[in-house]
Amino acid sequence: MSKDVKIRKGTNIKLKGVAEKLYANPVQVSDVVLRPDDFPNLIPKLCVKLGDKVKAGSPLFYDKGNEQILFTSPISGEVVEINRGDKRRLLEVKVKADGANQFETFKQGDPNSLSKEEILATILKSGVWPFFRQRPYDVIANPSDSPKAIYITAMDTAPLAPDYDFVMHGQDELFQIGLDAIAKLTDGKVHLNVNGNDNPDDAYKKAKNVQINKISGPHPAGNVGVQIHHIDPVNKGEVVWTLKSLDVLTIGKLFKEGKFDASRVISFVGSKVNAPKYVRTILGANISGIVTGNVEDGGRYISGNPLSGKQIPENGYLGFYDYQLTVLPEGGNTQFFGWLPFTGLNKFSLSRTALSFLTPNKTYDLNTNVNGEERAYVVTGEYEKVFPMDIYPVQLVKSMMIEDIDKMEALGVYEVAPEDFALCEFACTSKIEVQRVVREALDLVRKECS
Amino acid sequence: MKALEQFMQKMKPKADGKFPLAHAVWDGTYTFLFVPGHTNHNGTHIRDSIDLKRTMIMVVLALIPSLLFGIYNVGHQHFLAIGEMAEFMDKFLYGALKVLPIVIISYGVGLGVEFVFAAINKHAIQEGFLVSGMLIPLIMPVDVPLWMVAVATIFAVVIGKEVFGGTGMNVVNVALVARAFLFFAYPTKMSGDKVWISLGDGTAVDGFSGATPLGKAVEGGVEAIPSIMDSIIGLIPGSIGETSVIAIGLGALILILTGIGSFRIMLSMFVGGLLTGLVFNAVGGNPYLEVPALHQLMLGGFAFGAVFMATDPVTASQTAKGKIVYGLLIGIIAMLIRVANPAYPEGVMLAILIGNVFAPLIDHVVVNANIKKRLKRVKIA
Repeated sequence: MSKDVKIRKGTNIKLKGVAEKLYANPVQVSDVVLRPDDFPNLIPKLCVKLGDKVKAGSPLFYDKGNEQILFTSPISGEVVEINRGDKRRLLEVKVKADGANQFETFKQGDPNSLSKEEILATILKSGVWPFFRQRPYDVIANPSDSPKAIYITAMDTAPLAPDYDFVMHGQDELFQIGLDAIAKLTDGKVHLNVNGNDNPDDAYKKAKNVQINKISGPHPAGNVGVQIHHIDPVNKGEVVWTLKSLDVLTIGKLFKEGKFDASRVISFVGSKVNAPKYVRTILGANISGIVTGNVEDGGRYISGNPLSGKQIPENGYLGFYDYQLTVLPEGGNTQFFGWLPFTGLNKFSLSRTALSFLTPNKTYDLNTNVNGEERAYVVTGEYEKVFPMDIYPVQLVKSMMIEDIDKMEALGVYEVAPEDFALCEFACTSKIEVQRVVREALDLVRKECS
Repeated sequence: MKALEQFMQKMKPKADGKFPLAHAVWDGTYTFLFVPGHTNHNGTHIRDSIDLKRTMIMVVLALIPSLLFGIYNVGHQHFLAIGEMAEFMDKFLYGALKVLPIVIISYGVGLGVEFVFAAINKHAIQEGFLVSGMLIPLIMPVDVPLWMVAVATIFAVVIGKEVFGGTGMNVVNVALVARAFLFFAYPTKMSGDKVWISLGDGTAVDGFSGATPLGKAVEGGVEAIPSIMDSIIGLIPGSIGETSVIAIGLGALILILTGIGSFRIMLSMFVGGLLTGLVFNAVGGNPYLEVPALHQLMLGGFAFGAVFMATDPVTASQTAKGKIVYGLLIGIIAMLIRVANPAYPEGVMLAILIGNVFAPLIDHVVVNANIKKRLKRVKIA
């Protein structure tokens, strides 16, 4: 039974710099980086040394907690840098492209004729596994779990997010192969959550072997956590796996061509970008090639969306899960009487204390200012307006702050991920770093309860 | 503005702990003039333009109609009491001379205490007192001695707020703590016929009674009180800011339209009061019980309490459902205290304090219902 889910709470923050539905001229990727920090809770162990030659699909490091989970090189080339931080913690592994485009070969074939074990083994060995994330805890899934269901989300409602329908267009076959492989991994359902606001692409509409759910409404409707909550919520002791529909293409290619093809399309967006477009690049790619000559000075580079992405330097690298590169104006200026209500035509607020409520369709050019100082919780009800789950967000966050695990369990910690609180953090009058609190709490619960 | 900012930066005392008070005062002033240029680094990169200062200032703005009307009414009552005719400006000026000192004392003393605590605790000065500082004068009788305002303000900020950890941590409404403190510490100055009217150097004309309508209602019922129209306009004796339902209504409109004040609490408190009043009307028995319920709501501090006091987000219930119960509860208790205990004709203040105490319990019940629902979902294998 497919479900239509209508999300009412939440909001679309309209920012300047939406990508035009065009592909930019291709750029050669000079080097890529894989960062263990992109994967919460991961304890990485290296399998390469400086100077090693690797092919696309050769392992770079693995998860010490689960040695089956490999992280493989997105390109063929040479390991040129291994950066470590405090206590020799592995920060990043850099691979410089050799231009030869060599691939490790993996078992290929029609997933329908392969066994579950064969499919799982191929996915793990190729380094595609980390695309599977799980709820609870929002970490890489454990391949030995049997998930209640697998959720594939085919939409992103975050500000300036790529249009998954546009990117997916014309790749029906690869997508279906990927879906067939994923369907073998669970005895439960595979949910494909498509955008109910628009007419979804044929690749989604024709998808077989899955349950198609239509999700409509403002951000965070595109967050898989919200979708799971409304379709079939996660309870204590249950596990579901999640992926993005664009990740499915990589899995499709793995089984069709027998190689780990890490190429992906990202949206290159933000008000500081001269001509926001879609760019064909590679997982973990150096962004210099993309941004050089296309961006105004004074920008902040964000791998991901402005609400939950990571700040990177202007010669930084895309994150493992990110299909978006955003460049926003950097803030840092003091604002003379900046707290006065109804001043400034370009200030945006979800509350009606700025003029923005008079022009709901205007797009804004927001910078990275906090616009205030951190305070204790005073204002009530503002999280609830943008948090479309039957969960009390403030009470849950407070229980997280005091590390009360029983309370967190009772209030729904197993259903949430930091990104689900991104809009709460945006709206917060008290300027509390909610996503950090949630991430730390999830790590704590995972450590104590599993 | 650059010059001013540079000047401020030059004046910045070192935060090395030698002069913590100087640093707190500087920081308070600086952040009042300039929103600091902090940027986000973890989590969201963009933020809503609202902050606590703006939220609090909206409430202060919403209080301005009540303040201005209160100033005028103080003058109006004064000239009425001494039996003189006076122009609008004369009344206003007289009122200003009476009311503004109370406002200045309240802000001066309260902020002083806040600065001291900010220095001791080494945190930034927080905005909570911007609102409390305005609320305290508006719920005082005009003839209250200034030293009492100062004592009450100190008591309210220290015992009502700072001992709990400061802004956002208090259990009961700070301004009401000030009022309740005076009410119980100096009862003669906070009730009776004398304190609600400023006589100044004049003497009251014969037959003039300065009792508040509620005081009169206790004795004489509906016959003794001003008409419902007069109580809505508010040219009657009472605490400085609470007499005019129209001025309070303007404030309510600002709070509701900007989304700062809880519409739910205001409405449910009125509903609670109205229903209780109707029950009393039906029961009857003495003249006070027979004052029409709707009329009751327009008298005393009911409207002011509902709009500005009960809606304090820190001390009210925090869940949407809880807010409705909380408002109803206050409305009911307020009417109950009014009619059942003639010693406290003004029951709203106590009712809100009781509501504050019950608010966490109400939230607990609401949140627990959600927890139970979640537990039901779990299938027992």
